[in-house]
Amino acid sequence: MNVRLIARLDIKGPNLIKGIHLEGLRVVGDPQQFARKYYEGGIDELIYMDTVASLYGRNNLSEIVKYTAENVFIPLTVGGGIRSADDVTHMLRMGADKVAINTAAVNRPELIREVSQKFGSQCMVLSIEAKRVGPDRWEVYTDNGREKTGLDVVEWAIKGQELGAGEILLTSVDQEGTRKGYDNRLVRAVSEAVSIPVIASGGLGEPAHLSDVIRQGKADAVAVADALHYDRLSIERLRQAVDETAMAVKHV
Amino acid sequence: MSSAITLIDYGIGNLLSVSRALEHCGADVELAQTAEQIEAADKLVLPGVGAFADGMNGLRERGLVDAIRKHAEQDKPLLGICLGMQMLLGTSEEFGQHEGLGIIPGRVCAIPGTTDAGQPHKIPHIGWTELRRPQPDTEWNGTVLEGIPADSRTYFVHSYTAIPDDPKHRLSDAGYNGRTIAAVIRKGSVYGTQFHPEKSRNVGLQILSNFIGLKR
Repeated sequence: MNVRLIARLDIKGPNLIKGIHLEGLRVVGDPQQFARKYYEGGIDELIYMDTVASLYGRNNLSEIVKYTAENVFIPLTVGGGIRSADDVTHMLRMGADKVAINTAAVNRPELIREVSQKFGSQCMVLSIEAKRVGPDRWEVYTDNGREKTGLDVVEWAIKGQELGAGEILLTSVDQEGTRKGYDNRLVRAVSEAVSIPVIASGGLGEPAHLSDVIRQGKADAVAVADALHYDRLSIERLRQAVDETAMAVKHV
Repeated sequence: MSSAITLIDYGIGNLLSVSRALEHCGADVELAQTAEQIEAADKLVLPGVGAFADGMNGLRERGLVDAIRKHAEQDKPLLGICLGMQMLLGTSEEFGQHEGLGIIPGRVCAIPGTTDAGQPHKIPHIGWTELRRPQPDTEWNGTVLEGIPADSRTYFVHSYTAIPDDPKHRLSDAGYNGRTIAAVIRKGSVYGTQFHPEKSRNVGLQILSNFIGLKR
């Protein structure tokens, strides 16, 4: 199978931003311009993540999503501050295809079931922020890595799948923004525990990291952020690494 | 040539992305919620996500089943997308046995839970997968796939797969870890795509444009 290459755009207000460990945010530019550029460059999917929505209880993304959906014909996932089925309806109307839910799902797991039953599980992406707390143990965090929950990441992923999540967006808070590579052990632990696809996020520094997270982490999809935003790596280069690895894995 | 497209709105899923993509390709999109609107249509699009039984119930509750069948019997263009494609077939075994529209003979079955090498693999199949000709001589000219290069990737998300009884109704296949997926099925002017053309960038838009431009 082909591993998906996904551009992740973290949003604060009207801006595309980038942080380290999901904090210390820097403004990168206009998210719509970047989204358009990635679409034309051949990215497989886009994820918009509103980084402050959970804090302020609102979502700034509507306008950005609406504009993007008029021009970009690939799957678009929207996350950040989505609390209810009504919020999902709103985001789908704006043009999202899927929603990524973290905090609200932790607070009320039934929301996962409600969203997947009403809109289909293909729409319900469970977003998990994971922090390493021991050897091969990770804890679920919310609010961009600020709040601990006491939940075990692997157990929460299994529960999310049981409740109807169609995919898992798995962000390593430890690796995020470090350019030191994905947390391959984390990705593998989750990917082997569930039957739904797992998107690895956080830590890409060089193309070899993609090979590692596909081979060692068994990632079904990879999210890329600042390496693209700052033009350190091209989509072509990333695609080559992903496709070569996926092909090699297939023939093992 | 008319570019009017009638999009069936039966309370399932998100019509907007399909509608936007059709409009981007130059179609005048009209939403249809009644049998009368469907009977008046030249070209129908049946979108859909979610479970087979829910989809068929949505059509039945609104009294749309016969109107869609009649449209197909007259060989007017019809495009089913994803669940909309699967509902074109006779039966589905998704959560029990369910009757479909029966426009294209065949059934809908779960994607095998293992690769062709017997290894467990991820279900649903989500991702960009290459379109290929089921037979070397499968003709794409004059169909919605006209001008689409073989091995073009399109976006799939599904756990079940259509199996037409007649191999001639397979216009394109795709492979998922060695398992063969019917990607496009066709009987006359009736088409179904398992993938989402509205989410498959230029390739998908070309397929939609081809459908809009189909002559009867």
